[in-house]
Amino acid sequence: DGSDDNEEGSAVENEENAKGTDKGKKRATPRTRRAHARGRDRHGDEDDEDDEGGMRRAGPRRHRSRRRGRAAGNETGDSDMEPTKARKNQANQESKEDDEEDEDEKGGKSGKGKNEKKGDKKSDKKGKKEKANKKKKDKKKSGSGSDSESEEEPITEEELAKLKEEVEEKKKLIATLRNKPWKMKKKLSVLKEAQLFVEKFEGALGKGKGKKFYAYKVMMTKKWMKFQRDFENFKTACIPWEMKIKEIESHFGSSVASYFIFLRWMYGINMILFGLTFGLVMVPEALMGKPYGSLPRKTVPRAEEATAMNFATLWDFSGFAQYSVLFYGYYNNQRTIGWLKFRMPLSYFLVGVGSIGYSFMIVTRTMAKNANDDGGGDDTSFNFSWKMFTSWDYLIGNPETADNKFASITTSFKEAIVEEQESRKEENIHLTRFLRVLANFLALCTLAGSGYLIFFVVRRSQQFALEGLENYGWWERNEVNTVMSLLGMFCPTLFDVISSLENYHPRIALRWQLGRIFALFLGNLYTFIIALMDEINLKARYFLPFTMFDRLLGNTEALQSLEEEKIVKYNMTIWEASLYNGTIPENSTAPPIQVDPADVPRGPCWETMVGQEFVRLTVSDMMTTYITILIGDFLRAVFVRFFNYCWCWDLEYGFPSYSEFDISGNVLGLIFNQGMIWMGSFYAPCLPAINVFRLHTSMYLQCWAVMCCNVPQERVFKASRSNNFYMAMLLFILFLSTLPAVYTIVSIPPSFDCGPFSGKTRMFEVISETLEHDFPSWFGKVFGYASNPGLILPFILLMVLSIYYLNATSKSYKEANLELKKKLQSVRIEN
Amino acid sequence: VYRLHGRYYEMAPNVVPMDYTKDPDVKLPMQLIINMPELKENPFKERIVASFSEDGEGSLSFNDFVDMFSVLSEMAPRELKAIYAFKIYDFNTDNFICKADLEKTLNKLTREELTAEEITLVCEKVIEEADMDGDGKLGFADFENMISKAPDFLRYYFKKN
Repeated sequence: DGSDDNEEGSAVENEENAKGTDKGKKRATPRTRRAHARGRDRHGDEDDEDDEGGMRRAGPRRHRSRRRGRAAGNETGDSDMEPTKARKNQANQESKEDDEEDEDEKGGKSGKGKNEKKGDKKSDKKGKKEKANKKKKDKKKSGSGSDSESEEEPITEEELAKLKEEVEEKKKLIATLRNKPWKMKKKLSVLKEAQLFVEKFEGALGKGKGKKFYAYKVMMTKKWMKFQRDFENFKTACIPWEMKIKEIESHFGSSVASYFIFLRWMYGINMILFGLTFGLVMVPEALMGKPYGSLPRKTVPRAEEATAMNFATLWDFSGFAQYSVLFYGYYNNQRTIGWLKFRMPLSYFLVGVGSIGYSFMIVTRTMAKNANDDGGGDDTSFNFSWKMFTSWDYLIGNPETADNKFASITTSFKEAIVEEQESRKEENIHLTRFLRVLANFLALCTLAGSGYLIFFVVRRSQQFALEGLENYGWWERNEVNTVMSLLGMFCPTLFDVISSLENYHPRIALRWQLGRIFALFLGNLYTFIIALMDEINLKARYFLPFTMFDRLLGNTEALQSLEEEKIVKYNMTIWEASLYNGTIPENSTAPPIQVDPADVPRGPCWETMVGQEFVRLTVSDMMTTYITILIGDFLRAVFVRFFNYCWCWDLEYGFPSYSEFDISGNVLGLIFNQGMIWMGSFYAPCLPAINVFRLHTSMYLQCWAVMCCNVPQERVFKASRSNNFYMAMLLFILFLSTLPAVYTIVSIPPSFDCGPFSGKTRMFEVISETLEHDFPSWFGKVFGYASNPGLILPFILLMVLSIYYLNATSKSYKEANLELKKKLQSVRIEN
Repeated sequence: VYRLHGRYYEMAPNVVPMDYTKDPDVKLPMQLIINMPELKENPFKERIVASFSEDGEGSLSFNDFVDMFSVLSEMAPRELKAIYAFKIYDFNTDNFICKADLEKTLNKLTREELTAEEITLVCEKVIEEADMDGDGKLGFADFENMISKAPDFLRYYFKKN
């Protein structure tokens, strides 16, 4: 007994000392402590009583230590109550495993004792809050409550309620213990006590009033919490590539890692798009549609059959690949297929529209989330303080990166200092303005120049096409392609040079740069399309050199094939007639002749062509990226590393050196690529699948390349605010890329000979058809009323008004925020 | 936690026991701890270790060790990190971040690349920005107020275990 007491006493002592709140009491033996109970005489009385009670009982050791705990508790002040509770909670949450594994063996009795002591302290405190009498009764009863486990005394309602409260408080304590900045030991001890208290009294509470059920409920709650925790752990472990990204983060800082996080996010979106297209479009057709070879549209034409299986053809996505579920043309326009009566055309249409809608929704949602996280954005009121206290990236574990980080911190301080100094003297603002205007002017000139160049080159290529491509060499054939790629390579560098005139903060300069590159690409695109459209209007028939940006508007093919279609239809009727003519006289009804589907003449299928172009584009883009990485980064690194020994100047510091990871270039590439996917996935359901594959391999390849061949950037800039910028660009591109698809759905008739919508005048008619056939008639009527322009217009008006209203409210909130900040500042200054 | 114990043990296998049931009083000196790879590059490593150490001199018992990593982990709440960050930056442990503390922080951050003028300027700006009660140095309330608005704080204080 005595030894136990001493042990516990010393444990408590240690704990008290560790707390650092020395009440100035000597920790004598427990008995003396008891005797010295102060501060709460009432408690003291109770203690004595309980002591006696305890002595009386031949109960478990716990009770005795509880007494002692109470005594110890009495001696510590109120202020410790909260801390102890908090400590308990904290220790509980963060080191539950600790407790159970390490400390249980170690803590053992002493731990338990501590718990109970704390528990009793808590009870003490609770008692204090209430009236003395009640308290006394509580204490007694709680003492006897635990006794009741051995003595079977009844517990009153009151006590039950109070005990419940105490248990709840303990639980809260356990939950918040983690927040308290105490030493581990304290937390652990507090935690143990709280846990044991809760355990014990929860059991006790159940006594007498549906105990079994209560205990069961408690156990289930615990199990549920444990399950939740395990599930959270599991979920975190499941996040793909988390370890890779963390590694990159520690080497390169968080801005490079943000690119990979963006990549991973894109991968998620593409997975979902892939799931939609694969599950709802490709699989049903493959399983339940008519098999290959049964219909003309599903068969390789006789003329192409010989080369249909060649690798070259397959790589080009013609031949067998073209006549498969991968492309639009394969799908039959039967209204329902298979025994499930799966409505294929409807599903195709809805999946197309749905993937666009989903993409919009998720991009907007992410933007909103990012805006929220930003927390009201441009707060420059603590500029220097933040630089000082939060600029060191604690995640860096690599000396090289650390060096860079030091350098960048120094630079950022210097920058901030310079800005501060500059803001104190406002000189030469006119010069700066003039320079900036000049720089913008130069950029515009560049853009205009590149636009004109493209226009000129496209016109020239039309000329070549007219005169027959065979007469010209490789350059003329691929002129447009190469010119556009060259422009894409050199103009950004030019923009870079121009931006040095402007003297902006690097982050702002980066945004201008990105904006200009964006404008460059868009401008090139549009001039190209305009040049093409011109030509189409003049000569719709001629074979146009298909280049990258041509695909962007399927209109070119569509308009082309419209003409072709008429011709083919005419030809087909003649061909059919010729079949009949050969065997049976005209005007007699005869069974239709069986013709091998491969021999039937085909109508043009512009959707498949468009889809093919997109797929080819994606594949070539992927190849280009990989090869660029391999050559540009890897070979360069190898060259620099190995030739450094035998080269005149220091390669590593001088010209080639190792390449940095080009964040903005890569992000832009990713965004544009995604735009292509969105544009093309309506015509080629296989695109999301290809993209998923591409992103997957790209992730691994780039992670490897970054770790192996790149060096951390000189200017490790913050990634926090740029995220929304990329999202905004993504949203814009999404909008742009859905325009063509939507336009074709709404205004261009689908090919008569292929695809799920063949035979209809417009693709969206499949919806009205479904409404007629598959839904009860009243539904159709309702829909008819609802789609009445008289109803839709007011609805749109209402939405516009609500957007305006919400915008106005958010502005007013922001202003109120600013006002408050200003007030705060002025109050501070006053002080 | 086993992993942590493994790391702790690795640092001084002859001293750290595998078995903690007897609650041994084992402390590792600061020198060993600041050589851990996660901390090695950190300019504040001595301060980090010192602020978690019980005896204030930098020796960490296993409890403190676990404490340290748990605060630096992703699961710790912001307030707790703010409390410890304050301790880290308070070089002379007077519970205030005074100008001298700021200067030391700055020097550690920039490896003394800034001129004295610049250093003074920065420190003055910091105090101007963050000091709410006007005593010329940053108390915990000032620090907390300032840090809670910083967007990057949480990100840079995460650590993987």
